[in-house]
Order: sequence, then C-alpha cells, then structure tokens
Amino acid sequence: MIDFRFDIITEYSHFFLMGTLLTIGLSLASVFLGSLLGLFIAIGELLENKVLAFIFKAYVGFFRGTPLFVQILIIYFGVIPALFGEANGIVSAITALSLNAGAYIAETIRAGIQSISRGQAEASRSLGMNKFQSMRYIILPQAIRRILPALGNEFISLIKDSSLASTIATPELMYWAQSMNAQYYRVWESYISVALIYLILTLTANFILKHFEKKVPVK
Amino acid sequence: MIKVTDLKKAFDGNVILKGINLDINAQEVVVLIGPSGAGKSTFLRCLNQLETINSGHIFINGEDITNPKVDINKIRQKLGMVFQDFNLFPHMTVLENIMISPMKVKHESHKTAYETAIQLLNKVGLLNKATAYPDDLSGGQKQRIAIARALAMKPSVMLFDEPTSALDPEMVGEVLAVMQNLAREGMTMIVVTHEMGFAREVGNRIIFMDRGYIVEENSPQNLFSHPQKERTKAFLSKILSSQNNTLNTLQL
Ligand SMILES: Nc1ncnc2c1ncn2[C@@H]1O[C@H](COP(=O)(O)OP(=O)(O)O)[C@@H](O)[C@H]1O
Ligand SMILES: [Mg+2]
Repeated sequence: MIDFRFDIITEYSHFFLMGTLLTIGLSLASVFLGSLLGLFIAIGELLENKVLAFIFKAYVGFFRGTPLFVQILIIYFGVIPALFGEANGIVSAITALSLNAGAYIAETIRAGIQSISRGQAEASRSLGMNKFQSMRYIILPQAIRRILPALGNEFISLIKDSSLASTIATPELMYWAQSMNAQYYRVWESYISVALIYLILTLTANFILKHFEKKVPVK
Repeated sequence: MIKVTDLKKAFDGNVILKGINLDINAQEVVVLIGPSGAGKSTFLRCLNQLETINSGHIFINGEDITNPKVDINKIRQKLGMVFQDFNLFPHMTVLENIMISPMKVKHESHKTAYETAIQLLNKVGLLNKATAYPDDLSGGQKQRIAIARALAMKPSVMLFDEPTSALDPEMVGEVLAVMQNLAREGMTMIVVTHEMGFAREVGNRIIFMDRGYIVEENSPQNLFSHPQKERTKAFLSKILSSQNNTLNTLQL
C-alpha cells in the first residue's frame, strides 16, 4: 500500500472518465427501456386472459430466476449474433440489462397498479371511460407516483449491475479497471479507484432521486 | 325508461339477486331501502354493468344493455353513479375531476367542458373549490363534487349508492339538498339510502329489498304508514327508532 501508484491512475483517468460515461449511459438507457418494457409486461400480467397473462408471468419468472450474468452471456454470445450476424458488446449489454430490469420493474408496476383502490377503476368506468382510458388517465398516474422510489432504486442497481458488461467487451467503468490490472498487475489501484467512482455515482443518484421524490408528492 | 326483468346475480354460486323486476319512468325518484346485505349495491352495480349479471334483462330506453353487442361505455355515459366513498381522483383538481371524462370520453373541447364544470360547481355550491384537490375537501364537499362529476357526462339517470353513509352527520344535509334539487329539476334517480326523511320527502316510490328480492314497493306515504309485509314492518321500525332525528337532518 505504501507504493500506491497514483501515476497509473492519472494515466487511466481519461479511460475511467469514458468508462464512467458509458456506465451512466448503459444505466440510463436500460432503466428507460426497462420501464417501458416493465409497463408492458405489468399490464400483460394483469390481463384477464389467463393464458396470455401466464406468458408475461413466465417472462418475469425467467429473468428474475436466473443470474443476470448468465443472461448477459446468452445475449452476447447467442441472441445478438443470431439476430445481427455479429457480436456487439454495448448492444448486448443494453439488451440484457433492459430485459432484466424490465422483469423487476414489471413487478413494481404491477404492485403499484394493484395498490390503487378498485373504486378508482369503477368510478372511471362508470363515467364511460374504457379500460385503456381508465388505466391511462386514472390508474397509472397514481400508480407511477408510488412506483417512482422503486424505479430510482432500480436505476441505482443498474449502475452497479452494468459492471458485468465488462465481461463482454463493453468499455464501461469496470472494463478499464480490469485493463489497468492486466497491464500493471495493480489490484488496489484498479479496483479501489472504480469502487470509489461507483460509490460516488450511486450516492449522487440517490441524492438526486431523493430530492426529486420530495417534489412529487404521493397523493 | 329503465326496465329490469328477472335479473339474477350470483357471486361464486352464492345467489345475491334472485329475480328482480322493476320499471322506472323518466323523472321518477326511486328510493331503494333494505337491510345491509340485501343486494342493493349489487343491483345498482348490475344496472351499469360494473357487475356482469347471470340472467335477466336490463332495458334502457328500450335497448337491452345485457346484449353483448352493446357498447357498455356508451351506456355508462347515460347512467351517472355516485358511490358511498366518493372515489374522486386524488391526483386531479376538482375541475380536472369533472372535466376529464367529458374531454376524453365525449371529446368535448376544453372550453365546453370547462363551462359545464363551472356551471355544475355553481350548482353544488363549490365554485370556490375549483382548483382544490380532493384531499383538501370535507366528506360532504367530496360527495357534492362526485355528483357534479357524474352530472358532467349529462346522464339521463343518476344512481346513488348510500351517498351519505360515509359522512359525518353534520354533512349529510348538504349532500341531500343537492340531490333534492336534482330531483326537482326532473332527473331520474335511483337512490339507495338509509335516510328515511329523504326517502319520504323526495322519493316518488320506495322499494324495500331484502335477501335478493324486492319484498314490497309503494309510494312513500303508503309504504311508511301502511307497510304490508312483516319484513318491511320489522325493518322500518328498527331503522326509524334508530333514526328518529333523520327528518331534522334534511333541511328543506
Ligand atoms: N364482489 C363480491 N363478491 C362476493 N360477494 C359479494 C360481492 N359483492 C357483494 N357480495 C355479497 O352480496 C351480498 C349483497 O351485497 P350488497 O349488494 O353490497 O348489499 P347491500 O348493498 O344491500 O348492503 C352480500 O352478502 C355481499 O357479501
Ligand atoms: Mg351497499
């Protein structure tokens, strides 16, 4: 520890910066796509048609019941090459993280929707709204307010989970820590540096989200 | 204008409505009374198909709304419903609560919906609450807004399911007054209530329901003064003794 080499950290600072930006980008893209997917799946799970609903539940079961790392490898080595003819780290990372986050977010959204009292749906339907209008104007706006904190936590999880993308040639933050370690055999410099950066990212995200939550009252 | 024939409804094999027959004329105020669990709410909810019925028919202006081809969203626009626990939309202001359905369902312009809403707020005496949120209203105010919200769809019938049962006693009068005004203006109404004063004053016809049947129906005078059936008598004596001050709650 005495010969802690700040010089190689300085040398890598540019890479760490690029990696951090990619980490943030992956997390933002995945929480966004995951939320859209999660909403779609949540509504699918609530369908009256039991067979259709089961398909959506099975999706959630699969993605929550298998390791994210395994999902990332399947998508990187299997799905994306099969679809596009070649492997692509960033596309695979966003795909895997979004599909995985979608499953978790779906559960959050479903619980949020179900937490809105039946009377709200009945009142809106009694006014002539169809199911879609009732969901769109009455149920979801109320559910989203309750879901927001959980979505924030999902985003913070994604910042950390995206580090797994380092294994599929995606130059995010963790990838550069491993490059540094491979180049200089310096474990502490490599991993402590990125650990600190991850910590700063999650603490900052947490701070922003908490601030944001206060502004959106849960009515 | 509403005709119900042999309506039956069961929940999981448990028969709640055992064959209801009823004719309601335009501008009539029908008050539905009966003990808790009689099936009054279920009956109202069947009328606007919040519950799917097992058998029987419901005709509204001659159209059989139990026909699966009927667009129920269209029918529901004609049947305003007021719930015991208000069910205002908490994330919207009072104005938005009233305007959302006319705008989204009937595609009324903002201007038209707004003008109607203001007019209705005036009618229920809550113009000063236009920009308030439901959480900031008292129970009586909430229910008056709920009535205005239902009226904004210009229904031809209003269904009230115990609209004053969740209210503090001092707020019952203001809601009943709004309902009475509505009746005076010629609205067709079906009202489930335990407010016997209101039933007597405002009702054109009282229907006594018990255990899934209509036991007895008559004009208020006849039903209250000369109930024919034992069950009606028992119910009335019980409720009137516990409610001897009801007539005072309604300040006419
Ligand atoms: N959704 C439901 N599922 C099962 N049973 C129900 C349901 N709604 C009402 N019931 C039953 O139907 C009966 C009549 O209820 P209700 O119509 O609410 O009576 P009332 O309004 O006259 O008090 C009650 O025994 C109640 O438990
Ligand atoms: Mg009831």
